[in-house]
Amino acid sequence: MSNSQLTPGIVPARLPARLYAENFSDHQPPLGPHEARVAADRCYFCFDAPCMTACPTSIDIPLFIRQIATGTPDAAARTILSQNILGGMCARVCPTETLCEEVCVRETAEGKPVEIGRLQRFAADGLMAQGIHPFTRAASTGKRVAVVGAGPAGLACAHRLAMKGHEVMVFERRPKSGGLNEYGIAAYKATNGFAQREVEWLLKIGGITVKNGVMLGRDVALGDLMTDYDAVFLGIGLAGVNALRVEGEDLPGVRDAIDFISDLRQATDLSTVPVGREVVVIGGGMTAVDAAVQSKLLGAEVVSIVYRRGREKMSASGYEQEHATRNGVCIIHGAAPVRVIGEGRTEAVEFAYTEEGPQGLTLSVERFTLKADQVFKAIGQTLAGAPQAIAVEAGKLPRHPMPKLWCGGDCALGGEDLTVTAVAEGRDAAEEIHAALSAAL
Amino acid sequence: MANLATNFIGIKSPNPFWLASAPPTDKEVNVRRAYEAGWGGVVWKTLGSEGPPVVNVSGPRYGAIWGADRRLLGLNNIELITDRPLEVNLREIKQVKRDWPDRALIISLMVPCDEESWCDILSRIEDTGADGVELNFGCPHGMAERGMGSAVGQVPEYIEMVTRWVKKHSRMPCIVKLTPNITDVRKPAEAARRGGADAVSLINTINSITGVDLDDFAPQPTIDGKGTHGGYCGPAVKPIALNMVAEIARHPETQGLPISGIGGVTTWRDAAEFMALGAGNVQVCTAAMTYGFRVVQEMISGLSDYMDRKGFTSTTDLVGRAVPNVTDWQYLNLNYVTKAQISEADCIKCGRCYIACEDTSHQAIEMLPDRSFKVKDEECVACNLCVNVCPVENCITMVRMPKGQVDPRTGRPVGDYANWVMHPNNPMARAAE
Ligand SMILES: Cc1cc2nc3c(=O)[nH]c(=O)nc-3n(C[C@H](O)[C@H](O)[C@H](O)COP(=O)(O)OP(=O)(O)OC[C@H]3O[C@@H](n4cnc5c(N)ncnc54)[C@H](O)[C@@H]3O)c2cc1C
Ligand SMILES: Cc1cc2nc3c(=O)[nH]c(=O)nc-3n(C[C@H](O)[C@H](O)[C@H](O)COP(=O)(O)O)c2cc1C
Ligand code: SF4
Repeated sequence: MSNSQLTPGIVPARLPARLYAENFSDHQPPLGPHEARVAADRCYFCFDAPCMTACPTSIDIPLFIRQIATGTPDAAARTILSQNILGGMCARVCPTETLCEEVCVRETAEGKPVEIGRLQRFAADGLMAQGIHPFTRAASTGKRVAVVGAGPAGLACAHRLAMKGHEVMVFERRPKSGGLNEYGIAAYKATNGFAQREVEWLLKIGGITVKNGVMLGRDVALGDLMTDYDAVFLGIGLAGVNALRVEGEDLPGVRDAIDFISDLRQATDLSTVPVGREVVVIGGGMTAVDAAVQSKLLGAEVVSIVYRRGREKMSASGYEQEHATRNGVCIIHGAAPVRVIGEGRTEAVEFAYTEEGPQGLTLSVERFTLKADQVFKAIGQTLAGAPQAIAVEAGKLPRHPMPKLWCGGDCALGGEDLTVTAVAEGRDAAEEIHAALSAAL
Repeated sequence: MANLATNFIGIKSPNPFWLASAPPTDKEVNVRRAYEAGWGGVVWKTLGSEGPPVVNVSGPRYGAIWGADRRLLGLNNIELITDRPLEVNLREIKQVKRDWPDRALIISLMVPCDEESWCDILSRIEDTGADGVELNFGCPHGMAERGMGSAVGQVPEYIEMVTRWVKKHSRMPCIVKLTPNITDVRKPAEAARRGGADAVSLINTINSITGVDLDDFAPQPTIDGKGTHGGYCGPAVKPIALNMVAEIARHPETQGLPISGIGGVTTWRDAAEFMALGAGNVQVCTAAMTYGFRVVQEMISGLSDYMDRKGFTSTTDLVGRAVPNVTDWQYLNLNYVTKAQISEADCIKCGRCYIACEDTSHQAIEMLPDRSFKVKDEECVACNLCVNVCPVENCITMVRMPKGQVDPRTGRPVGDYANWVMHPNNPMARAAE
């Protein structure tokens, strides 16, 4: 194929083959031992450390960094993983700039936090590379728990339950486990099949059976799980997406960003993934940034993110926004789409500038049009396919809606929709389930 | 996880990490927090005789020196023994020990140098349930001016005498804490052993002035325009303490005398080093004062990992393992030849090794036009300075020349073991047997 960045339409292979590997390599390379030592030396071992409080899984950050500094990175890894079994993935994908590193006292002192995320990766990767799974199971309790969804929430829950000696059956709709770690996270954050390697490593604990291709509501019913198991955990994420509700939304070329990302993540050869020459991404979160940046890295010529509110309202962090612009993405704030234009396929999007007033967001009369042969919708995911029996609150499931049933991760109330939050909620649900099952013994 | 439980002169503790007698162990509230954080034992802040307690200064009592990034390397103090009433301390000790029976609790003592004073204090602490006593013959400031602390510790005869009294009037295990402010630490250790001590602990703090106020012209810490020497401790004193521990461990007269190692222990590695040189456990003060009690967690995980790596199942596997390898200079192998080797891959080209060698050593490093650095084997005496000044760990290493290979510096092949005792240049050389 001899496509280029200038080829019109949605086509694959816009770049010379070698550029794909380069563009999608680790966006933040791992620390070497010397770098890790120097980075670890900067930690002050704060009391009641702000970083630890900011971490949704409450990893003992000062301790693990001290363990790296004293030449025992495996001990550091155990400190991390005992709180967060997906510490390897979180080290790669956590927006540390709004979590631990934002509150690091050296951020306050020097505007340069200790590189907590990269140090965490150094330790966790080191242990995993040795094939060591540092946890063992408690004696069998004879109790069985069903976990629905093998995303971060479900996996964290399953692991903690297995560790406590329970038998865990995981039902996962998709052919691969990992949830958005496998199908959503930007490719350059989890290179070399890390998501699958991490799942395999996690399952080494034993006592967890994963059934892929089994969907709750289609292949199994909640009622049956509730009778067949001693407890049930739902970590089904957000399977639905919001619609734009504008004219032309159904034209070929308009697509959900997460579907595009999922295809990209599953492609064995990135040069086969088609992308537009002019791409418009609508939204303001991490999904919008990831869709835009990866479009650019696939060779799109012009990529714009258009967000309806101001910059400060974007849920993508300042760091993420900078990451987008550094990669050549243009971010337009304060504009909302009013119409997708095209004859039989997408050709452009018309936007109206917005005004924030007491009545909320209103469209002004000022309009502009962006050329686009591809439009990605990244305006938020929604809960879908949740069992009827559970009353939905504010679009999410309660954490403990009824006896024997727990929910966690993106599908459930509480916390931000982040990998690390899902891990914390899955782990905590497992602890609650364990307490309930132990009380029942 | 390796089992860290230790039995030191019959005193059991879940790990070999004790807090040294000092402010961290001055009160019930501290000691409880320490045990909660995981410390295996504590030596309670030194108690004095019945009667009005001593009075501390109310100005600054600490001075410090720092490394890069203001890392605390050395701490100096002019604090005295406990300034709280004896009865309060004894009541608290009893309560804490009752609630934490599995942790070691030692009482440190310092009373005037007469048998009656020692007999009296020992009878008062008898029913506290404490596991043993430590005799503070080390405190180098304040108390020494009153004929106690290092004033006793510097006179071996006094050490022997007091230790004898203590063994006579008490059945408790007795640890004698030694001062480093002495020329040969083996003498007081011998005296302690003669007096019947069950163990020695060392080091107490080193006489020091940490700094001078250059506007007021007074030593720091400065109390109303004056200063006095204090006791120095922290990471900076570790090498001094290690040597003293090793001296006692290998000295024929003191060999086998249990040692509690103290001085700059900050990480698991420091502890392991003390233990390898013969310490049955370690005591820590400055690291806890710098980082809080939680710092013990790294020591526990680190030592345990290390022992697992080594296949050690008990701390006794480690204790004293390096002692046979501590020797006198005259027995070092003069035919052991190494050469510095710079790893180009790791080199960041700062040039520090080059200038150190060029200006102050043996002009054995060559700086090439592309700013890479190469060791000239024909000049390198293997002094190790380049290794020590290199900012990148393991970038410069010492590589041993195999036997038979010609050392380009001397032009002679590397020979068999031969030390100074046998060397032809030694006027008193003896032929090898
Ligand atoms: C594009 C994108 C990028 C992101 N980037 C980041 C990032 O960089 N950093 C970060 O912290 N967070 C990021 N997030 C958010 C993060 O991925 C999620 O918060 C996290 O994956 C939530 O975990 P979860 O287990 O709750 O849900 P999911 O990861 O969504 O997992 C849910 C699992 O349940 C399965 N499932 C759903 N319904 C059923 C059913 N009915 N029956 C059986 N199985 C079912 C799904 O197939 C899936 O495997 C990103 C999200 C997206 C969409
Ligand atoms: C403030 C302070 C007070 C101390 N008080 C005592 C004491 O009362 N009795 C004693 O035996 N040693 C005392 N020491 C000495 C310590 O117990 C210990 O021997 C010394 O600090 C070396 O250990 P380190 O390097 O871990 O601090 C004190 C040390 C400090 C810093
Ligand atoms: S540490 Fe500071 S605040 Fe606390 S007693 Fe000492 S001088 Fe006062």
